[in-house]
Amino acid sequence: MPDPVKFTIDGLALSAPPGTSVIDAAKKAGIEVPSFCYYEGLTLVAACRMCLVEVEKMPKLMTACTLPVAEGMVVRTNTPQVHTARKYMLEFLLTNHPLDCPVCDKGGECELQDMAFRYGAGESRYTETKVHTPEKQFSPVVFFDAPRCILCYRCVRVCDEGMGVKALGVVSRGVVSEIAPNHGDHLECDECGACIDICPVGALTSGTYRYQTRPWEMTHVGTICTHCSDGCKTTLGTRNDRILRGNNRDRSGINGEFLCIKGRYGFDFYDHPDRLQAPLVRKDGKLEEVSWSEALAAVANKFQQVLGEEGSFGIIGSNHTTNEENYYLQKFARQVLGTNNIDHHRTGDVVTTLDALSGKTGKLATVADLYRAKAVLVLGADLALEHPLLSFQIRANYRHHQAHVYVVTANPVREDKYAAAVVRGRDYASLAARLKAEPDLAILFDDSYKGDDIRAVVEFGEQLGIPVKYVPLVDRSNSRGAVDMGLTPELLPGYQPSGQPGLHYDEMAAADLSVLWVVGANPLKAGASRKAGFLVVQDMFLTETAAQADVVLPAACAYEKNGTVTSGTGELQRIERAVNTMGAKADLEIIGYVAREMGAAAKMGPWTPDAVFQEIRGAVRGYNVPMPVLVTGGAAGTTPINGRVAADARPDLVRSDHNGLFASGTLGRYSKILNSVVESRQSR
Amino acid sequence: MTFSPQLEARFATLLASYPPGRERSAMIPMLLYAQDELGSVTDELIAEVARRTGVTPLQVDEVISYYTMLRRKPAGKYHVQVCTNVSCLLRDGDRLFEHACQKLGIENHGVTADGQFSIEEVECMGACSWAPAVQVNYEFHHDVTPDKLDRLLDELKEKR
Ligand code: SF4
Ligand code: SF4
Ligand code: SF4
Ligand code: FES
Ligand code: FES
Repeated sequence: MPDPVKFTIDGLALSAPPGTSVIDAAKKAGIEVPSFCYYEGLTLVAACRMCLVEVEKMPKLMTACTLPVAEGMVVRTNTPQVHTARKYMLEFLLTNHPLDCPVCDKGGECELQDMAFRYGAGESRYTETKVHTPEKQFSPVVFFDAPRCILCYRCVRVCDEGMGVKALGVVSRGVVSEIAPNHGDHLECDECGACIDICPVGALTSGTYRYQTRPWEMTHVGTICTHCSDGCKTTLGTRNDRILRGNNRDRSGINGEFLCIKGRYGFDFYDHPDRLQAPLVRKDGKLEEVSWSEALAAVANKFQQVLGEEGSFGIIGSNHTTNEENYYLQKFARQVLGTNNIDHHRTGDVVTTLDALSGKTGKLATVADLYRAKAVLVLGADLALEHPLLSFQIRANYRHHQAHVYVVTANPVREDKYAAAVVRGRDYASLAARLKAEPDLAILFDDSYKGDDIRAVVEFGEQLGIPVKYVPLVDRSNSRGAVDMGLTPELLPGYQPSGQPGLHYDEMAAADLSVLWVVGANPLKAGASRKAGFLVVQDMFLTETAAQADVVLPAACAYEKNGTVTSGTGELQRIERAVNTMGAKADLEIIGYVAREMGAAAKMGPWTPDAVFQEIRGAVRGYNVPMPVLVTGGAAGTTPINGRVAADARPDLVRSDHNGLFASGTLGRYSKILNSVVESRQSR
Repeated sequence: MTFSPQLEARFATLLASYPPGRERSAMIPMLLYAQDELGSVTDELIAEVARRTGVTPLQVDEVISYYTMLRRKPAGKYHVQVCTNVSCLLRDGDRLFEHACQKLGIENHGVTADGQFSIEEVECMGACSWAPAVQVNYEFHHDVTPDKLDRLLDELKEKR
């Protein structure tokens, strides 16, 4: 570390590493220097002049955002000259800006409003007619109102630097310059909405949220996005049991402010008109709405009857449901129904990865590790489309720390642009010499690597002679938790062998079982007809599978319940209920009620998320995480096993759906916003 | 997109004059030279310059819409630029501009029907010492009076 530089700001003697900007140094000392264009993590543009400060021996006011501290520098932020400068800058910004805060979508959470309140003048000398241009719609997600724009370039920079998309620019100049989309009159981009959230004013607004509410009327609930396995925290703004928006402006969670279109806007499936809100029971060949008690009795009676007749059961669980639900479901299957016929759709070979890493500790990379690693090797995956957060982290790591990114994929990917080396195909071994020279490495691989491929990757990584961490990529919000919780025929919770492996996913869908019980999955999606004598489905929608069921129980979605989920990087986080949807119940509750109807409640234990989680903490190694981390909304790393997995990993059963940015299984099919953007109709 | 061999040679020199990875620095001269050859900056040209300098077409558009000397519509064969900025204004540059408009029968940014002339009111061209100043294509004309301008335009008209 070079010697710190000493300087004073407003009379305070301070020191900071060379290269620190005055604005950062001031912030650290608790002195606010107002700014618009300065934004942590993005490049500097010094466009807004809001951060002007007085510096001794400098002839004029300086922009604190671009001025590095220097030895002996004397800075003042609290002088009449600085106050006047701020006032004038704000007056200038407001010349063409509409003064209609009461009806502006940003009113109440607008940085310009706050600044004008704190630093601005009470009146304006500008009496001329304001330049006005009509509002434009760039896409179903992004709306732009030029007169409100203060040209801070935040949106342009976050799209280019943060997202790696470069879809926005500033055209023309002077009073008519404005933000423009990449396709003339419209945007073709990730539709992530990062530009909208980062906009300090009401210039960029979102198609889903604009003019729905005043910000202060909402309740904010921090929960975890229910789409991919990256585990982003999304803070849902709700009012009257409706979700109005998602964002993560408070930077809580492993994703900071990042969210893709699914986490920010893709919550809308929850109030799709096709949402099931009453149980259905097949009567005379037709599914009819019945009361919960009738439906639960029908299920419990059938289960009892089949148990008595020593019939066969099959249970298919989900990679969207919580750890508690998955744990409770497998417990029900094994202890009440006495079967190992239980599985879920496996989207990555987690089992082989953990087995191959047996005996080694600290081998699983977290989301934060991807931002810190000196080098990253991407095998097979198109991260920007399938793991947007991980892609974002690696991009940020490259921009901020010049990390070396190595790409080994079949097709071109976004990471190519800044990669240290690109290999088309699978020949990662050709990179051995370069990787050996790296201080450390994180390796990510998708489902095109399974079984022996993974063992080979681990062997390769371990002989490089540098610290290496791994990420076995999986698809959905709790794909990882489903394996950890023993939702497989071979393995019990915590990767303990079940002894007698039962039927797996495809076998159950095709077998002549007495009962098939499907919780949050769609095994008959491809159009196969059901084989089981009795089919029970818990889902939010009448999927292809549910349509063939004898009993359909309407399930709550992730935004309507509590519990925990485990991200693809093994980070355990709490989800929190944001809204209630009439008629639907959480899967955990449904399973609990079935147990009660069958008289198995005592055997199963209470079906509240907290009670089940306590049981998981005892049963699954690695889940005994510190509770304060979890309850305060943090992410706790889990290593569910460190030893050989004494069962066949069945890599042959692993297949990812490779859902891109605008798809998300059943949820994606029922999300209006995901289907409305043009990009979802292009092949992405 | 194909250009004349001379223009291709210029592009090659331009792109080689900046450090590797900084090809975008060649964007403005490339656009100017290509505009001389094509008459204006076309969509096709934008895409081509973007490709060759390693930026997005939108980034090229940012530059074009910033600089007035880059035109999306063709100008006349003789592009008459009359300065009306302070020094020229003090020496009747504004009247000179009006005079030129009348003489050519077109308004600011207009092009004559025969495509020979176009006119543009411009800001300071750095010729203040000889105000009022007029620029026709790449040629400067100093201390211009309405009479001088008439003669100049007539000469050009005859040249065709
Ligand atoms: S929505 Fe996302 S990708 Fe599209 S312009 Fe905004 S920041 Fe860029
Ligand atoms: S649209 Fe918003 S973020 Fe973009 S430059 Fe204008 S004020 Fe800044
Ligand atoms: S990256 Fe994944 S977890 Fe994050 S917002 Fe997008 S879909 Fe949700
Ligand atoms: S914050 Fe320094 S100029 Fe904008
Ligand atoms: S003001 Fe006309 S050339 Fe300078």
